[in-house]
Amino acid sequence: MSSIKDAFAHNDNGKAFIAFVTAGDPSLDVTEELVIAMAEEGVDLIELGIPFSDPTAEGTVIQDANLRALAQGVTTDDVFDMVERVRGRGCSVPMVFMTYANVVFSYGIERFAKRERQVGMQGIILPDVPFEEKAEFAEPFAAEGLELVSLIAPTSAERIGAIAREAQGFVYCVSSLGVTGVRNQITTDIGAMVKLVRTANPDVPVAVGFGISTPEQAARMAALSDGAIVGSAIIKLIAQHGEGCVEPVRAYVRTMVEAVRTA
Amino acid sequence: MSNSPSSRGRFGIHGGQYIPETLMNAVIELEEAYNRYKDDSSFNAELTDLLNNYAGRPSLLYFAANMTADLGGAKVYLKREDLNHTGAHKINNVLGQALLAKRMGKTRLIAETGAGQHGVATATAAALMGMECLVYMGVEDMERQALNVYRMRLLGAEVRGVSAGTGTLKDAVSETFREWTNRIDDTHYCLGSVMGPHPFPTIVRDFQAVISREARAQILEAEGRLPDAVLACVGGGSNAIGSFYHFIGDEGVRLIGCEAAGRGIDTWETAATMNTGKLGIFHGMKSYFCQDEYGQIAPVYSISAGLDYPGVGPEHAWLHDTGRAEYVPVTDEEAVSAFEYLSRTEGVIPAIESAHAVAHAIKLAPTMRPDQSIIVTLSGRGDKDVAAIARYRGEDLHE
Repeated sequence: MSSIKDAFAHNDNGKAFIAFVTAGDPSLDVTEELVIAMAEEGVDLIELGIPFSDPTAEGTVIQDANLRALAQGVTTDDVFDMVERVRGRGCSVPMVFMTYANVVFSYGIERFAKRERQVGMQGIILPDVPFEEKAEFAEPFAAEGLELVSLIAPTSAERIGAIAREAQGFVYCVSSLGVTGVRNQITTDIGAMVKLVRTANPDVPVAVGFGISTPEQAARMAALSDGAIVGSAIIKLIAQHGEGCVEPVRAYVRTMVEAVRTA
Repeated sequence: MSNSPSSRGRFGIHGGQYIPETLMNAVIELEEAYNRYKDDSSFNAELTDLLNNYAGRPSLLYFAANMTADLGGAKVYLKREDLNHTGAHKINNVLGQALLAKRMGKTRLIAETGAGQHGVATATAAALMGMECLVYMGVEDMERQALNVYRMRLLGAEVRGVSAGTGTLKDAVSETFREWTNRIDDTHYCLGSVMGPHPFPTIVRDFQAVISREARAQILEAEGRLPDAVLACVGGGSNAIGSFYHFIGDEGVRLIGCEAAGRGIDTWETAATMNTGKLGIFHGMKSYFCQDEYGQIAPVYSISAGLDYPGVGPEHAWLHDTGRAEYVPVTDEEAVSAFEYLSRTEGVIPAIESAHAVAHAIKLAPTMRPDQSIIVTLSGRGDKDVAAIARYRGEDLHE
């Protein structure tokens, strides 16, 4: 099975395009097809959201996706089973979960990590688990060979060094203040943040997310870092097209993959 | 103090700082500022002056003679936080935090509110101190507490309705955290209860501890001895922790938190976290939460908008674990009956939140001896609830 690092070694320019979808929106069957389609289009890493009732780091687009998935009755176990089906179809794209601390904690951190490894995932992103609280999660995940991705934000300043030194997989650079969602402009000095990470830890890739929707933004962010992450723009397409979202998402990620590969 | 939190705000296993990285420096900066000012004499002099000359402290410890005679057991004393300016205990914390925010150079306060009491208190402090104010309130609660919405707007605050999720307090908290990540530089999140990430549970506890500091001295003055029990309602738990704090070291004093059981703890329509929840991580803290087997936060219910919250502050979770405090469920029906009882018996209309504590006192006092005493904290006054209680009893008032 491939690793998170492979996602950044996959392309000639060393840049990765990372796509996010919420599992179970609009249904787990459609999510399964979305993952396969995005992998076929060359998406380098997929973030699979496990729905949570109160996703406090998300803007309205992804909040709504979480609620749509939960309204279908989607559970953590259902998401694990769906990943198993994806891997069973021979899809080997690196994948990480993105969810909230309580989803993992209530399942049992060790039990969650074990099942996550069994179904063939590579790591996890927990936006409500900052550096100070990460040991409780990182250790059981590491015991299963899974990586806990750390985030840095425009407010992180002197915290970036410590976060980067202990980072696993990749560093998720939050481009802007606020929650997830499409933005017209990203005004943060991303280049400076990336430089602080690289100074502290030259081995860990940095990918930029929050607010990216256009190929131009993705190319610019990938040029300043090692990759671009897109979530809300994809979720909007899913919300717009429902069961018929696979082809529009496929077409969209194709342009984004292309933009990042030529960044 | 033995129950100061450990590093990063742990009360036993509870508490912590489970928040997005974007907010970490903001809470670190808040903790540093709080540590700098909490023992600063000019800060404390200014706060005491505001509490005494603006909010009307100290609040009375009133001997409820009629209630005591009627119940025929322990003497019942009411700690009258309902007599504070703005009508609830919330002002104690808000004046402290607003003053702290000003010292930190912040010009804007944001807050969540359930029943609207914390929102009104925050809007009041902002008006007094010349700060901008934005309050998030669930749309369901705006409906239940329309009067408080108007009060906040009258005080110059902006009130934004939150329709996400259940449209109640938990969603207002989530939305206020989201707004804080969006604008940190000039903005302080004036959190209304002993919850959220460290240092909020400690800061709010310290500002509310004035309740038990006064009550302990007042009961010693009145009775010459400590009370046998202290009762307070618990949503997030700020008036309860404030009522308990200076009695925690007094082992003979029972500390009893009264949770909102809604339609009963054997139904789904409840908000009794200690009695029905399990350990989890949400809104910045590890504590007990009402949730399903996959950790999805439960859509809790109570007639009281102020207690309609699926979690509880981490210090309460710890007091529960150690057995130092007890947490009992009180149903809507019991609370409404107590609301009516206190109005009729003592001429005091309590907030429906506080009526949960009164309800338990009605059960407890008759089981005790006449030489014993209990303190019941009346966290707020009930004017805001009159229309809703009338509706509960099948009358439709036109205000």
